[in-house]
Amino acid sequence: MLKNKDLISINDTTKEELRYILDTIKKIEEMDCSNLCNGKILGTLFFEPSTRTRLSFESAMKRLGGSVIGFSGDGSTSRKKGESLYDTIKTVEGYCDIIAMRHPVDGSARLAANSVIIPIINGGDGANQHPTQTLLDLHTIRKSHGQVEGLTIAMVGDLKYGRTVHSLAIAMSLFNATIYFVAPQQLQMPKDILEVLDQRGIKYYMTESIMDVMDKTDILYMTRIQKERFPDPVEYEKMKNAYILKKEMLTNAKSGLKVMHPLPRVNEISEDVDDAEHAHYFQQAHYGIPTRMAIIALLLGVLE
Amino acid sequence: MIEENKEYKQMKIGRIKEGTVIDHIPPGLCFRLINILSLERYNNVLSAATNLTSAKLGKKGMIKISGKILTEEEVKKVAVVAPNVTMCTINNFSVSKKIKLTLPNEIKKIVKCNNPNCITNIEGVVTNFGVLQESPLKIKCCFCERTINKEEIKLK
Repeated sequence: MLKNKDLISINDTTKEELRYILDTIKKIEEMDCSNLCNGKILGTLFFEPSTRTRLSFESAMKRLGGSVIGFSGDGSTSRKKGESLYDTIKTVEGYCDIIAMRHPVDGSARLAANSVIIPIINGGDGANQHPTQTLLDLHTIRKSHGQVEGLTIAMVGDLKYGRTVHSLAIAMSLFNATIYFVAPQQLQMPKDILEVLDQRGIKYYMTESIMDVMDKTDILYMTRIQKERFPDPVEYEKMKNAYILKKEMLTNAKSGLKVMHPLPRVNEISEDVDDAEHAHYFQQAHYGIPTRMAIIALLLGVLE
Repeated sequence: MIEENKEYKQMKIGRIKEGTVIDHIPPGLCFRLINILSLERYNNVLSAATNLTSAKLGKKGMIKISGKILTEEEVKKVAVVAPNVTMCTINNFSVSKKIKLTLPNEIKKIVKCNNPNCITNIEGVVTNFGVLQESPLKIKCCFCERTINKEEIKLK
């Protein structure tokens, strides 16, 4: 179903494909797959630095028995010498069987996918897409709640610029979710995402207070609000504490509520939340491995 | 106000021997088409009329470009800005080809993405937009996935 395809954007992915990938992740977790990618090479082309995404791609390929070549940061590459992305990708195509890339420019992953035959996995293209993050989020939700269909999710923080929450909202809309958007007005979810939710008949609500959703939501998806997003620093100071999750705020939480976060966090989840039964963000980060293993295996066609 | 009749209209924008006629231009788009086709400095006869009475549109514009057949790319540009206009090729004073333009499903090459961080603005990539909605026109960059509304569309 996905052999030789690319994974560039969650917007191209159908519900059937998402289900298929989620089922494969589950399968990967339960089977011995240490020889699945013997002799295969993953190229990790990280034109901008990343810790979690790059390391988890590398770990995923090694756990599949494959090997990894690549670079991180553009300082040491030919890009510094002025080589175009197109030329870099065309060259590296001959060195590996599949490429995972991150690039600071929007649409770079699509250009790469259009340029070569081998599969491209988008590990983040500027402010646009980061589909493996969305898939690991869906897998985390499925693991903690047994299914993805029909859940209530609250997304908190910078919803205007956060690509993670944009993609997750689109993906959850395929699973009949109810969504709460918790953000100051100037950082609320963009109109084009809301239009998709409207077209799909998804119920969503907007609020400025986390406490409004605490007893209603199955998932509390936290993101960071960056100071730079506020033209007026006084405005930022006034509202920043309202979007920091502290343990006592979880007293009235809905039973089974899980707190998720794409990481890295700065201060938006207080450390005392870490040992609460609701905390799920480190587990979420760990699920990046089976998620990326499944994606690599499916695109390479070593697993059906 | 002078009553407009066929004879008078013909006087206003005279016939051309060879060239292109763009008719049924929605009100307000006549000068925009002249602009996108870079006809401001055109050095042959160019006639344009706006606010002509039209049975279909109420009011319409018309452009006659003497001595020029539009290229395929120029026709596509016209289709993006003013879909549904009629375009006629004139040969020896008579219409040799008449087409009613329609908006293509994909708009390649002629529109510039207005996201400055889009790869199409950084590397020499041919742009490509999908049409999300025809009226009012809304398109989406196939690379950076930015949605662009009609009034924000920039032609190359």
